[in-house]
Amino acid sequence: MTDQVVKETVKGHKRLERNVTLMAVATFLTVTIGGIVEIAPLFWIDNTIEKVDGMRPYTPLELAGRDIYIREGCYTCHSQMIRPFKDEVERYGHYSLAAESMYDHPFQWGSKRTGPDLARVGGRYSDEWHVQHLKNPQDVVPESVMPQYGFLAEADLSIADPAANLAALRRVGVPYSDEQIEKAEADLKLQADPAGNAADLAARYPKSQVRDYDGNPARLTEMDALVAYLQMLGTLVDVDSAAAQEELATEKGR
Amino acid sequence: MQAESALGRVALWFVIALLALAAMLSAKDGGFAAHALIVAVTAFALVLVSAARFDPTTSLNSFFRIPPGESQYDDDPVRWGVLATMFWGLAGFVAGLYIALQLAFPQLNFEPYLNFGRLRPLHTSAVIFAFGGNALLATSFYVVQRTCRAKLAFPSLARFVFWGYQMFIVLAATGYLLGVTQSKEYAEPEWYVDLWLTIVWVAYLIVFVATIVKRKEPHIYVANWFFLAFIITVAMLHVVNNLAIPVSPTGSRSYQVFAGVQDALTQWWYGHNAVGFFLTAGFLAMMYYFVPKQAERPVYSYRLSIIHFWSLIFLYIWAGPHHLHYTALPDWAQTLGMVFSVMLWMPSWGGMINGLMTLNGAWDKIRTDPIIRMMVMALAFYGMSTFEGPMMSIKAVNSLSHYTDWTIGHVHSGALGWNGMITFACVYYLVPRLWKRKRMYSLRMINWHFWLATLGIVFYAASMWVAGVTQGLMWREYGADGYLVNSFADTVAALHPMYLLRAFGGLLYLSGYVIMIWNVWQTLAGRVREEAPMTETPHDENADRPLPPAAVPAE
Repeated sequence: MTDQVVKETVKGHKRLERNVTLMAVATFLTVTIGGIVEIAPLFWIDNTIEKVDGMRPYTPLELAGRDIYIREGCYTCHSQMIRPFKDEVERYGHYSLAAESMYDHPFQWGSKRTGPDLARVGGRYSDEWHVQHLKNPQDVVPESVMPQYGFLAEADLSIADPAANLAALRRVGVPYSDEQIEKAEADLKLQADPAGNAADLAARYPKSQVRDYDGNPARLTEMDALVAYLQMLGTLVDVDSAAAQEELATEKGR
Repeated sequence: MQAESALGRVALWFVIALLALAAMLSAKDGGFAAHALIVAVTAFALVLVSAARFDPTTSLNSFFRIPPGESQYDDDPVRWGVLATMFWGLAGFVAGLYIALQLAFPQLNFEPYLNFGRLRPLHTSAVIFAFGGNALLATSFYVVQRTCRAKLAFPSLARFVFWGYQMFIVLAATGYLLGVTQSKEYAEPEWYVDLWLTIVWVAYLIVFVATIVKRKEPHIYVANWFFLAFIITVAMLHVVNNLAIPVSPTGSRSYQVFAGVQDALTQWWYGHNAVGFFLTAGFLAMMYYFVPKQAERPVYSYRLSIIHFWSLIFLYIWAGPHHLHYTALPDWAQTLGMVFSVMLWMPSWGGMINGLMTLNGAWDKIRTDPIIRMMVMALAFYGMSTFEGPMMSIKAVNSLSHYTDWTIGHVHSGALGWNGMITFACVYYLVPRLWKRKRMYSLRMINWHFWLATLGIVFYAASMWVAGVTQGLMWREYGADGYLVNSFADTVAALHPMYLLRAFGGLLYLSGYVIMIWNVWQTLAGRVREEAPMTETPHDENADRPLPPAAVPAE
């Protein structure tokens, strides 16, 4: 750049420095570009909006558990995003797909692993283990620095209106059917009832698991909900099936 | 007339208190009810204030020794901002030390309200938005008046901005303890608190821009470009990242409009630029006014400030995807984020160089002036962490550092070193001027604060580097048999000594801050400590004479 160019630029800049409206508009335009270029395409390119077999919205009980997971700030120490590295895949399971969090409003990928990743924790431990671990983590993992969550087993699960939660999620794009919303309250109780009709719930929510989770069938507690959520994490998509692998191989748009 | 307007105020606050009570009674959950109660109690207190003609500002003003009478500039909001900065800083640092100790001693968790998961957002929000935010409010109101040679526009709106912002902080902080959170890091407050902050922020923009419009100087000073970019960009980030649908108008729970991968990138576009614009652009604005003032030198380069301003605000916004390396975010977005993060190194160092070189011809002040020393250390840490950041955004490095304590160490060398130190320096500059004192109560205490803080950061950053690299390497360690060597629990146990050292570093940093609070308080009270000056050239009477004749002649 010659001196002349520099001088002209500085002179041009002086116009901005004398007019706060120009300055504000120029600043705003400058800071919008990056976000538009990076975020907007995610709403239409293939592999960020693709549907994967097995994904379904959360059952009312799983959703209640997820709300407790958020309330307690579990995401501050646990990620739900397995990276495609050999050690992570061996430790936690198949790497996470974008579609697996398509119904997560908001996402729970996390940013820190003070504790292990939970993206595929479902089915890895028994309900009894989870309950004992949540009540006093050091009982089952002596090295753990996790806080105690025994109060969840004492707190009755009270949700003002389970149907309203589902309806709000439908408004932001989760495909809950009218029937699912209508039966939200009943489904909430059904899923933690050992005598509940599992086939009935599975008709609305495939692969849903019906049982008493917290070891106390007499009560529906926050512990029931949280364990139900943990036990379904990563269980919906059969990532290791041949069909899934084939589909991944043809994936475009990365 | 006065009685009538007092009556009008009483009626207004009473109606607000009633509405809040109604909201509390019809609340769907405990968190929303508690917040409605806080609003109701506040409004009710204001009813009492107006009704009894009890004038709390007079008693508060005398408690905090606010100088009476009109100033040349409207400095009351600045004084309150400085006091709020000091208060929230203490809250945020204590919370930080406590959660650091929780990670070393999990017995310090007390379910449910004082568990790590609820306290951690309390700590981050208290230091970023309460401590940092109040420092930005105070300094921006101070700087914009001086550099425009005009009093604040809309003085009552400026007061609304200050007190409205404190209300936001109280609602956010109590919300975390009660479990009211939308789980988006650094944007945890729920929908109604977000709406309130939006109103306060728009008022802030109006006061700031209107004051610039009133200016008597032809040019807008560079510090104000940065403040303006900070206010505008934070407004954009806040609104987009918090788009959510509430479940009920009288319940705290809401669901985000975006989900999964789209939500993840929106969150980190927000999260990284909360760093870029709240903690960088805003604080660079402080640097651009207070460093030249304290050094009594002009800013090093006007042209460098133009180049680095525009390139900084353009590049920063692209860097968000480096928080999502190797996730389900498409590779091209990750790579774009990495490339822009590496480029960001240059404008960041442009700012550091412009600040440091302002000391040209005044370098001796590092030795004699502890406030300058703090500013230089702040800029050094800014340079250090804006080098470390681009390095960590390189995918190969990130594959090791992500999810580990290295990130925590990186954030704290920026937050404690850059944001903390520059804020302390600005407060030390402001307090004697705002309270019309000759100087701070004690300069030697500033020096103590400087060394305690610096040592604290060294302990913090060094222990977290070791912790992060240890963790990353242990996770990926394979034995000769081809199996993973360490269980996750092994890696947790290995970090215990590092967590102790980190907490010790935090304790040092907090101790320095306690000294600062004492120093500020004594300055407000109008005391000046009798102490030896920071520099003295010693005079030795005995040495000051001609050599006596030598007893033994030299060979």
